[in-house]
Formats: sequence, C-alpha cells, structure tokens
Amino acid sequence: MRHILIIAAALFASSALAETPRDFLTRFEKEAGAAASAERGARFFNTSHGGEWSCASCHTERPAQAGRHAKTGKAIAPLAPAANAERFTDAAKVDKWFRRNCNDTLNRLCSAQEKADVMAWLLAPK
Amino acid sequence: MKRIIFPPLFALLAALALPAQADSYRLPKNAVFEEECGSCHIAFPPQMLHADSWRAMMGDLSRHFGSDASIDEKRRTAITDFLVANSGGRKTGDTRDAQGKPLLRITETARFAKKHREISTATWKRVAIKSPANCAACHALAAVGEYSDHSAVSPK
Repeated sequence: MRHILIIAAALFASSALAETPRDFLTRFEKEAGAAASAERGARFFNTSHGGEWSCASCHTERPAQAGRHAKTGKAIAPLAPAANAERFTDAAKVDKWFRRNCNDTLNRLCSAQEKADVMAWLLAPK
Repeated sequence: MKRIIFPPLFALLAALALPAQADSYRLPKNAVFEEECGSCHIAFPPQMLHADSWRAMMGDLSRHFGSDASIDEKRRTAITDFLVANSGGRKTGDTRDAQGKPLLRITETARFAKKHREISTATWKRVAIKSPANCAACHALAAVGEYSDHSAVSPK
C-alpha cells in the first residue's frame, strides 16, 4: 500500500511539474494583463524589428515546418506544438529561448504581451 | 629472426591504424554539454581548442559570435569544466593568435586550415554547406566525433 502511495505521489509530482503550451499562453496573458492576439503574434513573428533577423529567419513563416539556423544552417525542429510535442513543455527552456532569441532579434527582452501573442499564433489552428 | 621481424611489423600496423584514428574525437557522455552546445550548431569537440580558448568563450556567452547564447550559471560552470578537462592535446597545439589572444573559432586554428587546404572557396559557398562551421555537411558522423578524411564527402 505504501508503495502505491509513493508511486501515486511521484506521478502527481511529475505531472504537476510538466507544462503544456497552453500554460504558457495563460501565464504570459496574466503577466501582460491583457488577452493575446494570434494575428498580432503572426505579424510580430514574421517581421524584423530593426535587427538582421526575424523569428521567421530561422523558424520560417510556417512554424509547423522544420526551420534552419540562419547562420550555421543547422536544422531546427518545428516550433508549433501541433507539429512537435516537445515544444513549450519546460519553463526553463521556454524562458531561456525567449531571452536569447528576443535579444538576437529585437536587441531587448520581449514583453509579456509579445510572448502571449506569439504563443496564441503558434497554437492557432493552421 | 622473430625478434627482428616483430618490431617493424608492429610499427607498420600502428602506422596503418593511425590515419583512421587521427581525426576521431571520442568524448565521455555529457548530456548537458550536448544539449547546450549542440542546439544551434553541432557540439564541437573540446579537443579542437586549447583550454584558454574555451575559458574565454564560456566567459562571454551572451555575445557568442553575434548571438545571445547565455545559460544559467550552474550549467555554464559545469560545461566549462568539461571543455577544459577534454580540451586541446598534442594535435591541436596552441590555439592563440599572433598577439597571444586565445582563438575562439575552430576554423581559425592552424590545424583546421591545414586539414581543409584542398577545399576551394566555391565549395565552401555551396548552399548545402553554407558555413565552415557546418561540419556535418561534409562530415556525416561529426555528431559522434568522427572527422577522418575517408568519412568526409562534400555535398553538391
């Protein structure tokens, strides 16, 4: 009996830690204090912001497809969760990549609203 | 008679075995290194740069060849230790420039230039290659540290 309880507790703990793409949309909307817009997210994703690269430079304008690193040429697995179940399931990874990639494309961090918009667009049915 | 034959035979076998081994970079398994150093480019073998080069690189990850490659401090320290422990070696030699500054690009090292001296500018520019840092374009087994000449094929 004790073993079953331990297994149950472990399962509960691991499911509580794992995140889903929708959790990130909710989190960023909450931080922004406003609803996300998939349309705005698409525009943000596909246009450059003063720098050399846009998000689409590496992830392509159709993020359900595989991309390619704009500089090194290395293959990048699809970003859209519908095409790649591993995406947006780990908060540390999500925060790391938004930090780096926003710095590379905008030369600053992204706002919560910008991240919410991008999430909404990535989750929108294509 | 046997005593005379065996040492030269052994030397010959060793010499035959060397070219195949010369550009194989074997590494202890390290998941953090593979994940963090292998997401934007392949995880380059630590053996290809001197420890000083790795220390300099790992000290400035937020400006990593024009990209923000910053990682958390715990991972940064662990990866630096791993790179330093497996760095350099006899073949790599000194990876510093003429002013004594550690080189950060493997492609700027003397060994890289020597090993690729027969590759033409036109070949480097092929779409499938794109960058001299794209090792796997020609070295299909680069991800497992296999860079020997006989395993390299330039894509059209």
